[in-house]
Amino acid sequence: MSKKRPSEEYHKTFAYHFFRWLSGEKDPYLGNLEMKPQPEYKTDSALQLRHEKEHDAILDKVYDTEHNKVLKLFHRLYHATSILFCLFLMALLLVTISHLPATGAAQKPVNNEVAGRYIEKGLEETGAVNIVAGMILDYRAFDTLGESHVLFVATITVLILLRLDKNKKGELSSLAKDMNPNDRVYEPKNDAILQLVATFLVPIIIIFGIYIILNGHLGPGGGFSGGAVIGAGLILYLNAFGFQKTERFFTEKTYKWICFFSLSFYCLAKSYSFFTGANHLHSIIPKGTPGAILSGGLILPLNIAVGLVVACTMYAFYAMFRKGGF
Amino acid sequence: MGPNLWMNYGEAVAAILFCIGFTNLLLQTNLIKKIIGLNIMDSAIYLFLAEKGYIAGRVAPIVTDGVTSVEAYINPIPSGLVLTGIVVSVSVSALMLSLTIRLYIRYHTLDLDEIAAQLKKEGR
Repeated sequence: MSKKRPSEEYHKTFAYHFFRWLSGEKDPYLGNLEMKPQPEYKTDSALQLRHEKEHDAILDKVYDTEHNKVLKLFHRLYHATSILFCLFLMALLLVTISHLPATGAAQKPVNNEVAGRYIEKGLEETGAVNIVAGMILDYRAFDTLGESHVLFVATITVLILLRLDKNKKGELSSLAKDMNPNDRVYEPKNDAILQLVATFLVPIIIIFGIYIILNGHLGPGGGFSGGAVIGAGLILYLNAFGFQKTERFFTEKTYKWICFFSLSFYCLAKSYSFFTGANHLHSIIPKGTPGAILSGGLILPLNIAVGLVVACTMYAFYAMFRKGGF
Repeated sequence: MGPNLWMNYGEAVAAILFCIGFTNLLLQTNLIKKIIGLNIMDSAIYLFLAEKGYIAGRVAPIVTDGVTSVEAYINPIPSGLVLTGIVVSVSVSALMLSLTIRLYIRYHTLDLDEIAAQLKKEGR
C-alpha cells in the first residue's frame, strides 16, 4: 500500500493532470493556445421556422401514399405475388391430398397400434367409458395441463394489455382516459326483456354446463366444453344485470384463487398418478365400475378443475374486453 | 395427381379454406380482418384433422355395451388434437384482439398501412 500524499504535492504529479484531463475537468489547450475569437452563436427564428417547414414538407411528400408511384407499383406487385403464391400453395396442398390415403379407409398409417391400444385397453386402464376423455386426461394428461396453462397465461397477458388501473398517485392511466368510461352507450340499461329471459335461461345454461363437466368420462363432453357453456351463462347474466350484480360473487380475487387451486390440484394429482404408474406402485385411487358417475379414477376431478379454469377464463376475457377489469 | 382427390373431398375443402384464410392474412390491411383470416385457417385445420380420424362405418369412441375392439370405433387421437387446437386458437385470438385494441387507442386507426406510415413519420 502506498501512503497518502498531501494534496499540494499530489497536484504537481502527472497522474493528477492525467486524471483531470480524462474526466473532462480541464482542457490543456484551453487558455494556453492562441485561438481566433469566435462570434457568438445566435438563433435566427425566421430561418429556423423555414427549416422546420421544409422538413415537414419533405416528410409529407415522402409519406404521401396516394401519389407515390413507387409505392403504388409495390402494392400492385405485392397483391399479384400474394395471389400467385396462394394459388401455388393451394395446388401444392391439393396434389398432396390426392396422394393421401382415402378418407374412411381402415388401413391407414394414422390408425396404428397407438390408437388401437387406447381403444382396446382404455376402459380397463383408465375406467372411462369415453375413450377420448380417458386419452386426454390420463394417457396424455400433461398435454391437457399445458392447455389449461395456455389459457391462464393468455388471460394474464390480456389483463396486462387491457387493464385500466390507477397509478401510485391515484390517477387513471393514459389508456383509461382515452377509453369511454360508460361501457353501455349503445345498450339500453336494465332491459326488461333481456332480464326476464336471462332469469329463466341462466340457471338452465349453468346446470347444463355442470352436467357436461360431470359426464365428461361417460359421454361426449368434458371440462373444456362444459366450462365454455358455464362461461357463456355467466356472460349472459352479466349482460342482463350489469357489473354490480356479478361483482358480488366474482371478482379478480375469485378468479385468481380458483385458477390457482384448480391448476395446482391438477398438477399434484397428475404427478401422483404418473409417479405411481412409472414405478409400478399400487395407486390408492379406485377406478370404480365403468358407467357409474363416480368412476374413472382421477378423470372426474380433473375435468372439474379444467372446467373451472375454462369458465373463469371465458368470463374474464369478456369482462376485460368490455371494461378492462372485473 | 394422385388417385384419391375425389375420395378426399373433405380434405380438399380444408386445403382450399386454409388458402382462403392465408390470402386474407396477406391481402387485408384491416387488423380485425387479418384475425378473421387466421381463424379461418384454424377451422380448416380442425376439418382436416376430423376427416383424417374418420373411418367409414364406425362410431364415435364411447364404449357401448362393453365392446372394446379396434374394429368398432374411429381413431380417437385426432379428436384430442382438435381440442388442443381449439384451446390455443381461443387464446391466440384473445391476445391478438387485445393488441389490436391497444394499437387502435394509440393510432386511432385499424389500417396497418396507415399505422406503419404514422410510425415512420414519427421517426422511430
